[in-house]
Amino acid sequence: MMLNQFLLLAAALFCIGVYGVLTRRNGVLVLMSVELILNAVNINLVAFGAFQDNVMGDVFAVFVIAVAAAEVGVGLAMVLLMYRNRKSIDFSEVDMLKG
Amino acid sequence: MSFVFLAVEAVPEVSFTTDASWILENVWIIPALPALSFLGILFFGKRMPKGGSELGIAAIGAAFLLAVFANVAWLDHRDNFDGEAQSALHGVVDTHGEDHADEEHSEDAAVFSVAVTENVSGEPNDVIVAAEEVELTAATEAAEGEESHPAVAVLKGREWLVNGGVSFAVGTLLDGPAVLMLFVVTLISLLVHVYSTDYVAGDRRYTHFFAFLSLFSASMLFFVLSRSTLQMIMAWELVGVCSFALIGHWWEEKANSDAALKAFLTNRVGDIGLLVGMTILFFSAGGTFDIVTINEMAVAGEISQTALTWAAISLTAAVMSKSGQFILHTWLPDAMAGPTPVSALIHAATMVVAGVFMVARLYPVFYEGYSIPGSSINGLAVIGSVTVVFGGLLAFVQNDIKKVLAYSTVSQLGYMVLALGVGAWTAALFHLFTHAFFKAGLFLGSGSVAHSVHSFDMKKDMGGMRKFMPTTFKTFIVCSVALAGVFPTAGFWSKDEILVGTGGLGVGADKANGSYHLMLIMGLIGAALTGAYMTRAIYLTFFGEFRGHGHPHESGPRITVPLIILSVVALFGGLLNLPPGFLGGSASSPTAWQERFGHFIEPSAAYFPAISHAVPSWWLAIVASVVGLLGPAVAYWYYFVKVDGLAKETGESLTELPNGLTTTNSLAATGHAFLVNKYYLDHLYNDVIVAAVKGPIAKGAYWFNQNVLDKAVDTTGETAVKSGEFIYDKIDQGLIEGAVNGSGFLSNQGGKELRKMQTGKVQQYAALLFAGATILAGIFIIFV
Repeated sequence: MMLNQFLLLAAALFCIGVYGVLTRRNGVLVLMSVELILNAVNINLVAFGAFQDNVMGDVFAVFVIAVAAAEVGVGLAMVLLMYRNRKSIDFSEVDMLKG
Repeated sequence: MSFVFLAVEAVPEVSFTTDASWILENVWIIPALPALSFLGILFFGKRMPKGGSELGIAAIGAAFLLAVFANVAWLDHRDNFDGEAQSALHGVVDTHGEDHADEEHSEDAAVFSVAVTENVSGEPNDVIVAAEEVELTAATEAAEGEESHPAVAVLKGREWLVNGGVSFAVGTLLDGPAVLMLFVVTLISLLVHVYSTDYVAGDRRYTHFFAFLSLFSASMLFFVLSRSTLQMIMAWELVGVCSFALIGHWWEEKANSDAALKAFLTNRVGDIGLLVGMTILFFSAGGTFDIVTINEMAVAGEISQTALTWAAISLTAAVMSKSGQFILHTWLPDAMAGPTPVSALIHAATMVVAGVFMVARLYPVFYEGYSIPGSSINGLAVIGSVTVVFGGLLAFVQNDIKKVLAYSTVSQLGYMVLALGVGAWTAALFHLFTHAFFKAGLFLGSGSVAHSVHSFDMKKDMGGMRKFMPTTFKTFIVCSVALAGVFPTAGFWSKDEILVGTGGLGVGADKANGSYHLMLIMGLIGAALTGAYMTRAIYLTFFGEFRGHGHPHESGPRITVPLIILSVVALFGGLLNLPPGFLGGSASSPTAWQERFGHFIEPSAAYFPAISHAVPSWWLAIVASVVGLLGPAVAYWYYFVKVDGLAKETGESLTELPNGLTTTNSLAATGHAFLVNKYYLDHLYNDVIVAAVKGPIAKGAYWFNQNVLDKAVDTTGETAVKSGEFIYDKIDQGLIEGAVNGSGFLSNQGGKELRKMQTGKVQQYAALLFAGATILAGIFIIFV
């Protein structure tokens, strides 16, 4: 079984996701990058599950997908509200907690 | 005369019962009534139509009725009680060997006796031995004849608290003397209440006055019913406080508030003796306050003679202050500053007889402590006899009619203490009883006169009062005759009984408790003095020409009716205790109407010593009467013949002969000055004792205080200040402040730097998060 290839793919996806979260200013793109991170994890879970011939990995992956759906729902709602209030979804402008 | 020798009666082995008729069991109601009326008058008196006096009279009237019921019930109980009695030392005893269906009573009786015996039995063997002895004597007695019926007291109450194995019981101990005092106190108090409604009418503290009259009566009733020495001390102090409040009733005048203070402070001196005596008794009786237990142990000889003697001496000091015995009597004449009804109450029923009653109540302590039987002198008898004469002499030089009566009270109380000192217990209480009535009558009579002429000064403002106040005059004469002890008034019988009880000079000595010769002589001198000073007071008040101002008139019925009642009792009260052998019967077998009073009050129980009774003597009665009339005769000759004759000659109203003995004879003048200055006792107290305390002793104490105590205190203070300054400067300001400020400064600076990291940008936070996670992952990979 080629576990390494899956892990490398997942690592690549994760890095792309982190990069997107840290650099994108558009709120929707940040959320999409978070999805990438989560899916990188899912790949890992499924790969390890298959590698060990265990269904647990798949089960956790399904859970993660469900939670991710909920997360993205809340996230999009916040972005929507942000847009309504400020006519912008630029995250760099949101710094009211500046010390 | 035939003297019959009888063996000393054995002490019965029972003391008390918890089972009696309703009134005897619930006798606490009698003091509770005036106590409640005190509260009622205090809170609501001013809103009542008659200022609270009606509540006071109702309460004391109800208490009087109950007291009469209690006396009737006691008559029956004393002779016909046929149930289960017990003793503090021996537990439950079946007096008549009957079956007792009433289990409930025997049960709580058993519980009670266990509680008592536990307190007592330090050495159980002694108790058992003593019990056997008593049982033996009782058996012998029973074999000789069933004559002596035990007069068991009625003991009720409950344990209030137990601390360290010591039981504090509160309740009532009702026996002959207590039930007698209930009657005397409530009757006199009732009459004084009624009298006061007229006498203090319109007074600014009318309500207050009646409130304290109620409390005064309640305290005294509480005192006579006390079953423990603690209760006695409490009531004793209550009586003292009430007398303080009432003597100082008109406190706006300095003299009155001074008199109240003097009464209170003089009593404090004796109260120390009371506390010491009661404490000695508490410890020597194995830790109990119970009067019955203490008395039984004293009778059974279970308390050491030394302890009893010291207790008796300490308690004698208390009697000296409370009952106005020489040399602590000085407060009593000054107490005349109070309203006259209060004086009557203090002198007849409540305050001063408390001391006499205390001795009567704890009589075994004095009887054994002073070894009264078989001796011829002891502390109590000496104090009493000295007081009889010295108090009587002082009455001659008083111009204030109430002060004459006050010194007369001092003298008469001396008789009571003397009687207790020589073992004539019954005679002492009989004299207390008769004296209460005629002295109350005299005081109220003097108040009636003073009410009319607005003064107490016999020489300045009285004279010839018999024309204006016939009723007061008659009652005053009757009470004076009773006080002087003229046959057959009450005073004759009681005084005669005391004199014969001394057993001095071989009179009645075959059955008396000792042979107190000195006391008999002093008693006879006192009898002569009594008649003489009363003759003087009567002449100055009621005869001669009126020397005052205005138009005196007879007092109203609320004043005269109590006077009439008291004088009737003063006339006939003595018939209650006719001596055995008088008009029938004999000394050994009195008829049914002789010695009723003694039979009524004298306990014949395990808590009372087997005192013997002197045989009455005709000779002594005749001699005492002659001597007692000699004094008045001389006084009569002086005042009614010489002074009155001279007054009629010159047409002036005289009170003394202008060239009498005191002006012509230097010795008599010295004696007169000595008396006028009251034996210089007040000078001794004020100028020597108080002045010494105020002068040299106070100065020495001040010097010691300034130079020794203050110096030590100052040095300590200065050292403390210096070390305090050092600590403040160096340690507090330098070290601790520095540390605190430094940490504050550091966190302030750190915060300033750290806040720069807070940009508020989410993505920067996320970057830091990932950077941290990466570093942690690196560490994880490298080191694990």
